[in-house]
Amino acid sequence: MPDLLLELFSEEIPARMQAQAADALRRLVTDALVERGLLYEGAKAFVTPRRLALAVHGLPGRQSDVREERKGPRVGAPEAALQGFLKAAGLTSIDQAKVQTDPKKGDFYVARVERPGRPTTEVIAEIVPDIIRSFPWPKSMRWGSGTLRWVRPLQSILCTFGTEIEDPEVIRFEVDGIVASNVTYGHRFLAPGAIEVRRLEDWLAKLEAAKVIADRDRRKAAILADAKDLALVHGLELIEDEALLDEISGLVEWPVVLMGVFEAAFLDIPDEVIRATIRANQKCFVLRDPRTGRLANRFILVSNLAASDGGAQIVAGNGRVIRARLSDAKFFWDTDRRTKLEDRLARFAQITFHEKLGSQAARIDRIALLARALAPQIGAEPGLAEQAARLAKADLLTEVVGEFPELQGLMGRYYAQAEGLAPEIAAASEEHYKPQGPADRVPTAPVSVAVALADKIDTLVGFWAIDEKPTGSKDPYALRRAALGVIRIVLDNRLRLKLQPILIEASRPILGEAHYDAHPHDVFHLESLADKVVSDLLRNLSRRLVKAGPDTPPGDIARVEGLSMAADLSADLLAFLAERLKVHVRERGARHDLVDAVFALPGQDDLLMIVRRVEALQSFLETEDGRILLAGYRRAVNILRIEEKKDGARYAGPADARRLVEPAEERLAAAIETVKGQVAEAVAGEDFAAAMAALSHLRGPVDAFFEAVTVNATDGELRVNRLRLLDEIRDATRVIADFDRIEG
Amino acid sequence: MDPALPPHMRPDASFQGLLLTLQRFWADQGCVILQPYDMEVGAGTFHPATTLRALGPRPWKAAYVQPSRRPKDGRYGENPNRLQHYYQFQVILKPSPEDLQDLYLRSLAAIGIDLRLHDVRFVEDDWESPTLGAWGLGWECWCDGMEVSQFTYFQQVAGFECAPVSGELTYGLERLAMYVQGVENVYDLNFNGRTGTEKVTYGDVFKQAEQEYSRHNFEHADTAMLLEQFRMAEGACTRYLAAGDGGPRHLMVLPAYDQCIKASHVFNLLDARGVISVTERQSYILRVRELAKACGAAWLRTEAGGAA
Repeated sequence: MPDLLLELFSEEIPARMQAQAADALRRLVTDALVERGLLYEGAKAFVTPRRLALAVHGLPGRQSDVREERKGPRVGAPEAALQGFLKAAGLTSIDQAKVQTDPKKGDFYVARVERPGRPTTEVIAEIVPDIIRSFPWPKSMRWGSGTLRWVRPLQSILCTFGTEIEDPEVIRFEVDGIVASNVTYGHRFLAPGAIEVRRLEDWLAKLEAAKVIADRDRRKAAILADAKDLALVHGLELIEDEALLDEISGLVEWPVVLMGVFEAAFLDIPDEVIRATIRANQKCFVLRDPRTGRLANRFILVSNLAASDGGAQIVAGNGRVIRARLSDAKFFWDTDRRTKLEDRLARFAQITFHEKLGSQAARIDRIALLARALAPQIGAEPGLAEQAARLAKADLLTEVVGEFPELQGLMGRYYAQAEGLAPEIAAASEEHYKPQGPADRVPTAPVSVAVALADKIDTLVGFWAIDEKPTGSKDPYALRRAALGVIRIVLDNRLRLKLQPILIEASRPILGEAHYDAHPHDVFHLESLADKVVSDLLRNLSRRLVKAGPDTPPGDIARVEGLSMAADLSADLLAFLAERLKVHVRERGARHDLVDAVFALPGQDDLLMIVRRVEALQSFLETEDGRILLAGYRRAVNILRIEEKKDGARYAGPADARRLVEPAEERLAAAIETVKGQVAEAVAGEDFAAAMAALSHLRGPVDAFFEAVTVNATDGELRVNRLRLLDEIRDATRVIADFDRIEG
Repeated sequence: MDPALPPHMRPDASFQGLLLTLQRFWADQGCVILQPYDMEVGAGTFHPATTLRALGPRPWKAAYVQPSRRPKDGRYGENPNRLQHYYQFQVILKPSPEDLQDLYLRSLAAIGIDLRLHDVRFVEDDWESPTLGAWGLGWECWCDGMEVSQFTYFQQVAGFECAPVSGELTYGLERLAMYVQGVENVYDLNFNGRTGTEKVTYGDVFKQAEQEYSRHNFEHADTAMLLEQFRMAEGACTRYLAAGDGGPRHLMVLPAYDQCIKASHVFNLLDARGVISVTERQSYILRVRELAKACGAAWLRTEAGGAA
């Protein structure tokens, strides 16, 4: 079966757009073919800086013929209906239609429409120009006097169609004066001449001979292999960088890997700064010296040219630019260390963090106070935690971070070390941003933990207060990541933290409650508040105030209502954290329904305890005791629900011991009594495994009870007492979790 | 490179030789070779031969050197790469010819860059001038990892769609000269291509100016006067446009556009003096853009702007 080869040859396509464009071309062309009944066996897209290409393998030579009957209006229908039918069916006269008889509805017209399949080449010539004209480039342009839009000027189009054995046909469609042909061009400098191409294999081979590797993955593999080899020859290791490799492979058609050198004196600059400088500005790789573990004073560049001097001039030129860039970096690094981090802080007052959340200075103040408050619970020295938090963001104002924002935190560590600040402060500068993603390290040093938690909690609370919560796929402030950060820090460090009071404390300054404590009457001056959201909140609050009556002192009410606003916020945020916790434990193999079951109990705001409960509960439910007890629990609750509904009453334990008549009931009541005490004691001691073990003692008595006792006794009082006993089972398990929420 | 050139005119031995070679090359492509615009501008694009001529349907080919002033980039003559006054070589071709990339590469060959030895690359770089209300797509052109030119297809100027599209090439002459001369400090460039006592360097010509203008730009430029000048230029631009706006044709665009250029440069000086706050900055840029847009609209109603 024939194959299609399509190549769109243009001026240089931005590297970042290439992979997506290749995907789009494949999808658009194959979808359009399939839509027109042309199924294919395979398709592969190719992209280089100057060409976007597609090979579709195994297409039919033409569409299949279509035969269909089209039902028309009844005989004698109005003229307009007849005309419409003729037009739709492609007939010129109603005589060409058949008359079909229907005993119920009467006679009506039927047209037999025959559409012969068209040659595939014709279909391609029709669909490709449209795809080119409406191609989804992120940004496109016009050029010369034309109106066509492409990412950069489109210069030629190659389009052939045919089988291996025949000479393929050139599909000669035209787009804005460019007529498709079987001609392409080689490497811009090494083989710029025109090349005639038959089909894919031919195209690939001739391009390769003309110094173009059309396959992006092959270019990437070649660059990586050559770079590693070259590093090895010099006894060095390549520092791999996938994003850089991607970009470079979009800048060259014929990669030639070369090595250059810079002065060893530049190695005084931190490795990360050297790497960022060389990577961002020059798109070169850096190398590690395995003997020192540090960077070597060499770099690897990928040229697009096999130069006649072996690349000597190219290496020299790149080396010169890198030296100039490193001189700048060294200047920044030296300049930055002349100003203390502390002395930079004043400028934060002029920098807005978020228009509704005030300045960076205000944010840093909040984080510092929160870090101080958290410190004792984490085992950090409060003064140190506060100071670390105050300095943790100071590197944002340094030249190096201005130039390379990705080095934030790390530079703070270097500058703090250079100033001789406490090592805890230096570490916290870097580590308080962690963990950045699921694979990132979690800080463990107490001061770093305090600052990291304070930073993330302030972010969460702040954006919650201004109602910028994540929705669907939108999470512009990375709040899910912040929440996961809090969860991982707490769990990995086995921290016991009651989050509810912490969240309330953190939200008070953002909600402005501290201010309204001091100035309760301001609540009524809403116009003076520029911040719309805060004023919305306060308007709401003032309404509540009015309801409270004119005699109530406004200060008291503001305080009470204010606390409840913070409490509302913290409850909502806690629910969000519980959701993230579910995702987190599920990824580690735990059952998310058990998180719900535990979280449903009141006052669950200690992440570590929630997870421990969940783990104990999960292992308990995996035992036979657990499974059978759960079944017994469900049976008890079902009966209770039905009977309570029937009676319109609620039967709460305890059961009356004097009305227990059957031995099985007595044993159950006694077991509940004992187990409840044991479970409560174990939970109080946070020994959840022991709590589960105690709970498992209920299994036998519950089973025996259902075996021997009829709950719905004819004696009404006995019945009610037994229902109360069932409620005690529910009650006993409630100390552990809400068993209603357990699934499966 | 032309082998017949005398040594002092060789583009790899003399700054002025480089400049003259580029002029000659683009003259051979049919460009009118203009002289620098006689006002202070931040870039060659501000020259009316680019900004205004890019608008309207009439074909246009021009090339010229333009001294460009970036008051904030002054370094008191102490930085080997940064200058508050430098030269751009500007080429504008409307409509952009199909072989513009080839022409550009041949111009590099003409100044002595051997394309079999040097790695020339077109790296994505979109251009935007907020003050001119202009943007385009194109590349920065790299030679062995160094950016030596900007290559732009204008899509919009003064807020108007460009049709036909102009191709604009901007060569950073000092950088290019440093590269072909193999010099690491701009002040060491050989300016006149002579040797021994006859040699004049870039430093001989411009170092003192860099020092003096840095003092002026950062410390002494009279801000009260500049603030007043900005207001005056803005007012004059608007008045001149109104004065030329009698009939279907506009009769006085170029003098008004001069005032727009003036306002833009005065703003750059005020910015360097640090008297414009972050929030004010945006509003100054917008004010200049409004002037540029009004001039562009008026230009389209002139003969050169293609009005019927």
